[in-house]
Amino acid sequence: MVQFLQQIVNGLSLGSIYALIALGYTMVYGIIKLINFAHGDIYMLGAYVGFICTVQLGLGFFPALIIAMVTCAIIGVVIEKIAYKPLRNATRIAALITAIGVSYFLEASTQKIMGTSAHSFPDVLGTQTFNVLGVVISMKQIIIFVVTILLMLLLQYVVQKTKIGRAMRAVSVDADAAQLMGVNVNATISYTFAIGSALAGAAGVLVGIYYNTVSPLMGLVPGIKAFIAAVFGGIGIIPGAMFGGFFIGIVETLVTGYGSSLYKDAVVYIILIIILIVKPAGLLGKNVKEKV
Amino acid sequence: MLEVKDIHVHYGAIHALKGVTLNVKQGEIVTLIGSNGAGKSTLLKTISGLLHPTKGDVVFLNNSIIKKDSKYIVKSGITQVPEGRHIFPGMTVYENLLMGAYLRKDKDGIQQDLESVYKRFPILKERLRQDASTLSGGEQQMLAMGRALMARPKLLLLDEPSMGLAPILVQQIFDIIKDINATGTTILLIEQNARMALSIADRGYVMETGKIVLSGTGEQLSQSEEVKKAYLGG
Repeated sequence: MVQFLQQIVNGLSLGSIYALIALGYTMVYGIIKLINFAHGDIYMLGAYVGFICTVQLGLGFFPALIIAMVTCAIIGVVIEKIAYKPLRNATRIAALITAIGVSYFLEASTQKIMGTSAHSFPDVLGTQTFNVLGVVISMKQIIIFVVTILLMLLLQYVVQKTKIGRAMRAVSVDADAAQLMGVNVNATISYTFAIGSALAGAAGVLVGIYYNTVSPLMGLVPGIKAFIAAVFGGIGIIPGAMFGGFFIGIVETLVTGYGSSLYKDAVVYIILIIILIVKPAGLLGKNVKEKV
Repeated sequence: MLEVKDIHVHYGAIHALKGVTLNVKQGEIVTLIGSNGAGKSTLLKTISGLLHPTKGDVVFLNNSIIKKDSKYIVKSGITQVPEGRHIFPGMTVYENLLMGAYLRKDKDGIQQDLESVYKRFPILKERLRQDASTLSGGEQQMLAMGRALMARPKLLLLDEPSMGLAPILVQQIFDIIKDINATGTTILLIEQNARMALSIADRGYVMETGKIVLSGTGEQLSQSEEVKKAYLGG
């Protein structure tokens, strides 16, 4: 039992990170129907910004987190303007291939500037641990979880309660009708990229702290896992991405804990395959019928 | 109020509008009738700034709006209720109405207009917290019209408001259109239900394959042999 709870605690930390990345995938997909394969690399850039802030500028955790989020938001918006906007009316496969190109570009540029090897991330949060009935919970895990939940609440507030959130939802279901209301569709898409990228940037800093390391290709696997999390929950659905992220994180740690870490990826992919066969719209997705 | 001058619109190789000219005066109900594919919706989309013509001009309140984006056009006082209603599914009735007031900042005015929309469409008030996609067709049409009114338009463009509705609802929708007009909103109405449209319109235009082929008062067009034959079933 203690071991099980321990794995759940570990899973929640990993799942927090997947969930934060998955939110960006799902929001961008929701609004322009693009699987932004460069999203995992935005997360990597966030980790590097966090690394530069803490190691080279000597900043603390929270300033580093904020700076990484802002930087990633800007990078996300610029990428959308340069790479995706010109392809808005092109075939979806053209945009998808462009996204993969952007992904390589970001990875190669980071390798060029920061070097190809991994850098170690300092312990800005300390190594304090708590023992709750035999379950070891580290300070890092608590902070990762709390920061993630706060960001999710903030996101839900923005999307559900603010004008820009309503505009984002309106554009994602019917861009033409939103335009007829006077919504600036391009600006709304930019906001979406900014928010999604900021969340990925936060995830990057959190993971750097959790695993104490950053490297140029670190976005690859978590990017794919987060994508699976988004599909699992129902792509385009924000609560689905949150749920999917935590679920995938917990499954991975349980497989690692009880089986072997060799199988953790296989299990995640098998879950994806089963979901795609049984409920292709995702766990929270529904097949929307349109009234004519 | 609105002057459309020799508008040409192309969809790729298709010449959808071939020089359309019409005007709408302050306070009028003007209807545009014609069969499917005549270019009526294309014209409304052009006025709303969703499509840009290859030639011609649209002047609203002495201002050319042809190069402007839809945001500017909504702000200057033209709101469209699109064909097929296009309410926002997944958003509540209330949120849909607020989307209509998207460009407005006057909180009190918005609240006032919400109240008057509830008065005009009591059913919407009952369903305020409901997902808009769960409304019936007639209710969705009312929501689309209520949403448009939330922009406080000077000119309301209605694209096929009676489409797919039961006859009793059609009558109700047309009564509401007359009433909206009576409270000071100018209306440009597109309809396939020519009989109903002409009965409430001050003036009308008949469109065929991208051109205006006939125009006159509602009365004149209802009496016209050509219109009777083509649109009023003999």
